[in-house]
Amino acid sequence: MAYDYEKYIRPGKLPHIWCPGCGHGIVMKGLIRAIDTCGLKKEETAIVSGIGCASRLPGYLDFCTLHTAHGRAAAFATGVKMVRPEMNVILVGGDGDGTAIGGNHFIHACRRNIDMTYIIMNNKIYGMTGGQFSPATPTGDKASTTPYGNPDPAFDIAKLAIGAGATFVARGTAFHANQIDKLIAEAIQHKGFSVVEILDDCPTTYGRRNKFKSVIEMMNYLKESTVPVKAAEKMSPEQLKGKVLTGVLYKEDKPEYTEEYAKVIARAQAAK
Amino acid sequence: MAKKVAFLQGNEAAAHGALYAGCKFFAGYPITPSTEVAEVMSIELPKIGGKFIQMEDEIGAMAALLGGSLAGVKALTSTSGPGLSLKQELIGYGCIAEIPCVIVNVMRGGPSTGMPTGPSQSDIMCAKWGTHGDHPAICLVPASVQEVFEETVRAFNLAEKYRTPVMIMPDEIVAHMRERIVFPEPGELEVIDRTAPSVTPDKYKPYDTSFGDVPPLAAFGSGYKFHVTGLNKMQDGFPTTKAEIVQAEEERQVRKVEANKADIMKWEEYQIDDADVVVVAYGSTSRSARFAVDEARRAGIKAGLFRPITFWPFPEERLLEISKKVKGFISPEMSLGMCAGVIKGCIEGNAPVLGIFRVDGEPVNPGQILDKIKEVK
Repeated sequence: MAYDYEKYIRPGKLPHIWCPGCGHGIVMKGLIRAIDTCGLKKEETAIVSGIGCASRLPGYLDFCTLHTAHGRAAAFATGVKMVRPEMNVILVGGDGDGTAIGGNHFIHACRRNIDMTYIIMNNKIYGMTGGQFSPATPTGDKASTTPYGNPDPAFDIAKLAIGAGATFVARGTAFHANQIDKLIAEAIQHKGFSVVEILDDCPTTYGRRNKFKSVIEMMNYLKESTVPVKAAEKMSPEQLKGKVLTGVLYKEDKPEYTEEYAKVIARAQAAK
Repeated sequence: MAKKVAFLQGNEAAAHGALYAGCKFFAGYPITPSTEVAEVMSIELPKIGGKFIQMEDEIGAMAALLGGSLAGVKALTSTSGPGLSLKQELIGYGCIAEIPCVIVNVMRGGPSTGMPTGPSQSDIMCAKWGTHGDHPAICLVPASVQEVFEETVRAFNLAEKYRTPVMIMPDEIVAHMRERIVFPEPGELEVIDRTAPSVTPDKYKPYDTSFGDVPPLAAFGSGYKFHVTGLNKMQDGFPTTKAEIVQAEEERQVRKVEANKADIMKWEEYQIDDADVVVVAYGSTSRSARFAVDEARRAGIKAGLFRPITFWPFPEERLLEISKKVKGFISPEMSLGMCAGVIKGCIEGNAPVLGIFRVDGEPVNPGQILDKIKEVK
């Protein structure tokens, strides 16, 4: 039987704005399945985003949805979560939104280990504005603002999250559609700040400038350029050259921020 | 029982005023000369089960503030000039998404880093025009520690009543001077809460104008689910580019304040009735001005003081009325003529406006104002 996505889609809000071949819809379906697996109630769940193609996602879902300003999703969401720690808070957005203009909020949300899940759709480009390079665009690649090749090195977003203190970090791809919901569900169930980076494709503004002849080629690239973290354990450094690891990359238990603040309240009230 | 009396700074009074108003959430970033507001909130909020968070930067604090308010509680932040500049994009977000919140901005020297410990009144235009696009603006300018407390309560009332960000902007002198303050008893000052929806969740729209220009606001996590965006939106909160809806919604957002000016505006008139010369001054400068007006009266000059307590919306109509009967206005201010320009803009050239503009980190003193009063013929 086909999965019932309709249950979570806002009536009348489709079709979405994404181009044919864009992976964001695959991620949205994965997110819906994960929410269903975790049994999150619509009224008790906030889905928060910034600005960009990926950040339009919350509007299609029937929850408490907050489409904020460029880069600010994590900071808005922190306010929501502080006031209502009992709410499930999920952030969605793109690589530019999350790691350039929103980079500071991203690393500090990781550092606090506040119990929210951040899904970053990394298509290596600013799609909505027409294909400018982002902090995730590989060196040498073409974008509308790197006509001679990108001189910038790229962020490894998952490593950035681990370095900043996130306590659950995973990576998937839009090709591995059946893995997305499992990674997101595990992230939601983890207590603390969890980051799921989904390597995604933008055929319209990235693919056509970087010698991908079709969406299928881009999807094949996502398949061939990645290796599951478990399989990588058995591979030599030479075999792993140029490959990106997928799966759960990092997990640890550390004090969660709103629980720590509850202790602050207890101490303040004891001292009163 | 005798009322509680204390000897407080303006900044401390702002924090206590916020608590009196029922504030339960503070998000901020440290900046001189406003930090005492954050410090008091960090001490007091957890005692009452409220939440305090120090964010990673100024705009992050503004974002958390809006998120916190949307989750259903009264929310405060404090900042100063550079921080006000950094918060501006999201002040606009608060205006278009209609999320109540209060921003204490302590005015220090600018532009840029300027004079962090020096007083100023040069953020006043930034309070109205700082964020891009058409939007409502409410800005209060208290002149004493007691008034900081009371106006902070009023700032929350206006934010909640009109579903919009409100700024309260003491200058650094008012923020840091210590004065006797008498705490109002609970119930003594009016405290207004946002209107909660009267419809069931399935019928709720966050911008439902069938309830008037200020639609009821539900809270995230309270059983209502809805969409909020910074894009031009329809009644159900979803984005639109439909010309007639965008025009109507933009006009309504501004009208919330413009049509209710009489409720929002507040000023004090001192010796105005027979005055030939009217000093228009607010904040700490109004204290020098009052002294100068008294001195002028003793010297036989009919001087008066007009003191805005609400700066935005500005009491244009009343000043125009006064301008028809006076020989001149004096605008002493710690800026290079921002307030003088506003006065000129509403008096239709009926009287000259003489300025005393100090941006050297020193207050305008009474002697300077008295000398200027004597210049008006």
